[in-house]
Amino acid sequence: MTDLIDILISASFWAAVIRIASPLILATMGELICERAGILNLGIEGIMVVGAFTGWLAVYQGMPLWGGVAVAMAAGMLFGLLHATLTIPFGLSQHVVGLGVTLLATSTSSFAYRLALPEVTSPPKIVPFQPLDVPVFSDIPFLGEVLFTQTAFTWFAFTVAVLVSLVLFRTPLGLAIRAAGENPSAVEAQGLSVTGLRMGAVIVGSGLMAMGGAFLTLSAFSSFFFEMVNGRGWICVALVVFGAWMPGKAALGAILFAAFDALQIRLQQTPLGADLPYQVFLMAPYVLSILALILMSRRAEVPAALMTAYNKGER
Amino acid sequence: MRLEPIANASLARRLGLPLAALGATVIVAGVLALIAGANPFAVLGQIVTGAVGSKFALLETLNRATPLIFTGLAVAVAFKAKLWNIGAEAQLYAGAIIAVLMGTGAMESPIVLPVSALLAMAAGALVLLGPVLLKTRLGVDEVVTTLLLNFIMLLFVSYLLEGPMKDPMGMGWPKSEPLIKDARLPRIVEGLRLHWGFALALIAAVVVYIIERRTTFGFEMRAVGSNLGAARFAGIPVNRVLVQTALLSGGLAALAGWSEVAGLKGHLSQDLSPGFGYTGIIVAMLALLNPIGVVGTAIFVAGIFVGSDAMSRAAVVPTYIADMLLASALLFMVLALLLTRVRVVRG
Amino acid sequence: MTDKNAQAEEFVLRLDGISKRFGALTANSGISLGLRRGEVIALLGENGAGKTTLMNILFGHYVADEGTVEVFGEPLPPGNPRAALAAGVGMVHQHFTLADNLSVIDNITLGTESLWSRGNGRAAARARIKALSRDFGLAVHPDARVGSLSVGERQRVEILKALYRDARILILDEPTAVLTPQETDALFDTLRRAIAAGLSIIFISHKLHEVIAIADRCIVLRHGKVVGEVDTHSTDRAKLASMMVGGEIALPEAEARAPGPALLRLNHVSTRAKGTATGLRQVTLDLCSGQIIGLAGVSGNGQAALADLVSGLVRPDQGSIEIGGRQPIVWSPREALRHRIARIPEDRHKTGTISDFNLTENAVLEGYSCPPFSRRGWMNWRAAESFAKDIIAKYDVRCQGPAQRIRLLSGGNMQKLILGRVLEPTPKIILANQPVRGLDVGAIAYVHSRLIAARDAGAAVLLISEDLDEIQSLSDVIHVMSEGRLSPGFARGSMTAAELGLWMAGQGFEGGEDAA
Repeated sequence: MTDLIDILISASFWAAVIRIASPLILATMGELICERAGILNLGIEGIMVVGAFTGWLAVYQGMPLWGGVAVAMAAGMLFGLLHATLTIPFGLSQHVVGLGVTLLATSTSSFAYRLALPEVTSPPKIVPFQPLDVPVFSDIPFLGEVLFTQTAFTWFAFTVAVLVSLVLFRTPLGLAIRAAGENPSAVEAQGLSVTGLRMGAVIVGSGLMAMGGAFLTLSAFSSFFFEMVNGRGWICVALVVFGAWMPGKAALGAILFAAFDALQIRLQQTPLGADLPYQVFLMAPYVLSILALILMSRRAEVPAALMTAYNKGER
Repeated sequence: MRLEPIANASLARRLGLPLAALGATVIVAGVLALIAGANPFAVLGQIVTGAVGSKFALLETLNRATPLIFTGLAVAVAFKAKLWNIGAEAQLYAGAIIAVLMGTGAMESPIVLPVSALLAMAAGALVLLGPVLLKTRLGVDEVVTTLLLNFIMLLFVSYLLEGPMKDPMGMGWPKSEPLIKDARLPRIVEGLRLHWGFALALIAAVVVYIIERRTTFGFEMRAVGSNLGAARFAGIPVNRVLVQTALLSGGLAALAGWSEVAGLKGHLSQDLSPGFGYTGIIVAMLALLNPIGVVGTAIFVAGIFVGSDAMSRAAVVPTYIADMLLASALLFMVLALLLTRVRVVRG
Repeated sequence: MTDKNAQAEEFVLRLDGISKRFGALTANSGISLGLRRGEVIALLGENGAGKTTLMNILFGHYVADEGTVEVFGEPLPPGNPRAALAAGVGMVHQHFTLADNLSVIDNITLGTESLWSRGNGRAAARARIKALSRDFGLAVHPDARVGSLSVGERQRVEILKALYRDARILILDEPTAVLTPQETDALFDTLRRAIAAGLSIIFISHKLHEVIAIADRCIVLRHGKVVGEVDTHSTDRAKLASMMVGGEIALPEAEARAPGPALLRLNHVSTRAKGTATGLRQVTLDLCSGQIIGLAGVSGNGQAALADLVSGLVRPDQGSIEIGGRQPIVWSPREALRHRIARIPEDRHKTGTISDFNLTENAVLEGYSCPPFSRRGWMNWRAAESFAKDIIAKYDVRCQGPAQRIRLLSGGNMQKLILGRVLEPTPKIILANQPVRGLDVGAIAYVHSRLIAARDAGAAVLLISEDLDEIQSLSDVIHVMSEGRLSPGFARGSMTAAELGLWMAGQGFEGGEDAA
């Protein structure tokens, strides 16, 4: 018990929480935008892999770190375009296409990695984003260590969450995106293009997912390996539900989730960790996600037109 | 653009478009080979020879197809009822665990095989029961829950293999004790490396076909999947049908793991399945969810895997080309199938 | 009307030679019409006459195969709702195009500002909406969630959407179908104010008295063609009616009969509201053998809840159902079928049939679990197919055969298959929910004759319809529903349409406040 309290009051723990939450927040915002527009994007898992890989590869080939982020985003948008084309104008099953995109994106990354580095046995490293040491602020006890030793990429992730919230709820564009997810015919009747809005949302959302993936290689770890995304995409899909499709709540959900994740890593080092098999701790994120879904099952306000294809002027 | 339904699609359209999808996949293969710096025709040739070019290759393909037939059937059955079971991987491992539990000394007589097969099916069914009950009772989307269960199950297997099920003679490797002889599936023909699991998979396909076409349950399942509202209105007990479908689907997926352990590997390890559960989705979709078709597409998909393995040993093209080809084939195929039913018109 | 020539040049809208085909179906064929400034044109026609298609072409939802649209002398680019809106065309759709989870303001301002702007803020929009509400008599709260509004209020939001965009031409597609007579009067008041403000209006309807009340000119469509154009001031309902259907309308006059014993009784049944659908409030109703009970009312007043209850889809929250003198312990669609209730659903595409199934499979959709269609879980497809063949022959279902997929059938033939499916097992009770909606005249007469024949054979029939004429000509007893409440039964001929209209508006109910 005292172990637990020690962990919870340590600044390094909360700094880790913020760090772990960052890629989840980026990818969750991406999924949230897609779902707000009415499209379930199950390509998220694969798109995160693509982002992790392309971002890393670009930096490994000599690009600056933010250049890597941009490359990841572009690659994610490309797969987003594929998903959007198949599910929106063609109206194909969002389940099947999403899984197909995940399989394609994942295997493309593996294929390209092997092509680019046929010989290596251990994954090569890059120099990742370094903590931003904000003068004065970082000297504040506790908060300074939690907030002001993070990398620029983390700041970026949290800024994105704020921006997504502002755009969705404070601008005509956000209203149009939300309306596309609530009732596409209302959007069409007001002279806007449902196809355009939805495709834009999926493409931009996929770009964010890929940046979430890139965070893993460019900020969290410093190399790319095949299993690194490891279900984080699916967890983000659950986080969107848990956050009731609200950016703020979803971001809070990601932080809560990250806290449990950071906690389980630390609990493994305690006497409790010696008693329990480590797999129990590793299972925690997935079990938590399922619990979150169960908890929100009755309450969530699902976008009314989520997963319904829209065929203009359908009779 | 707008999609307009075609009342009576011509035979050329219904056959030509799926063939075009396969053709497009072949073109993708060629392009990938070019990107990798190899001769596309040589690569394609090596894939084909590697898959079916010799008796050894063919048997290897059929062995690889066996679990894919089971997972493909599992997915086809579930998708037919619009139950999105993406958790065949977890159900597969549930079956594999039972094969080990029953096969390492729990029973020592030939009766162990059927008993362990039935228990494996029950275990797989149980794994899918949770998500389907969450769906019918609370409306929790089963896609995400079944996906997440895959990760939980893999960790559980890892725990078993490093803990209670660990083979003391395994030199520290995380794998289970080998199965006793009674618990192993024999080979169909002595001397040929093909076990009875393959025959069982063929039987399963026929049984599923009969269930779908000849039984009231099959009728209910198809009705629920085609139009939930109409099925409910017509008095079909929708939730019961979904649960029954889940039990069948989970049971079939479990047989994949069971037959891999009892027929091929003889023990359980963490790399038992290189994603057979996920590949089952591709197998089922390419077969248009038809159980008999699943057999054909499973062999085709297995051939691509086996052929690509062989090819990548010889050429510079990474073996991951197989996964890329299958994912492309899936997307091409769903698009082709849509275009057999609708045409794209302007406006 | 002083200078005819000046008037003629003042066409604000011209349609010229519009044709549109959907596959084999010709929805519009060479339609031309012109709308003058300050004029109300009624577009009259039966279901399926092509009115809605024509308006969807005008608004850019569809692209015409042939023909042109001109607004204020400028050609309108096809297939572009944005262009139609910009040219000043506003459309009030039959099925509202509103997002329930968004506020009134959000629904109205959606798409009115550049997507890449920050937006002008809600205060200005709110003030503008309030001003429009006042000027045009469209009371609605700008910050209310649309999902919480009544049907009448939602229609006001739809009209406000058009006015907010400064629409000069207003198209209303069957606007009164969802309104009580009193709300209809309020709508007409709004429309007169709009005309006074210089707008022009196209009013789509199949209700003749409304057309005469509001329109200056009336254009009649039949089978996708203009079959007549008349000045409404110099015509009457009978003439319009015969133009509309191409002959006299023959509504069957079913002879009244003495009722038999009650087969199904509802005792003070209440059900919860489902989303925006009204629930039942203390409904007591007897369905007697040999009687057609007609249920009149504006749609959305609890008819769907009553239909769901009798179908077995919902259970009473309070009160009880009695069938054959006993209360069923469980209540489900299957139980309803077991008690030989035939159910003709409101939506034959979504709930009545499975479009990917063939005729045989659809024919046994309700009976598959019993002999002869199945035994011990095994289907007997031979028996099923012969049942389907019987229905096809007996009910004159035009099709290629029992193996054809049902989605390829016309609405009338689909309805005949459903009729055969539910009537062949000789039901005791028949629920007919909007049984002739969207059917052509021949199919309507056929369905009605079947219902009367079933009644004469001793069945109790509950007929739900929004068409008061249909209710009045077929029913032995008429009940009216309003806000989930059921009026007392009125014997055939004892009430005029106007009197029933008052009940539909909620007047006369016990302890009931007037709805208007």
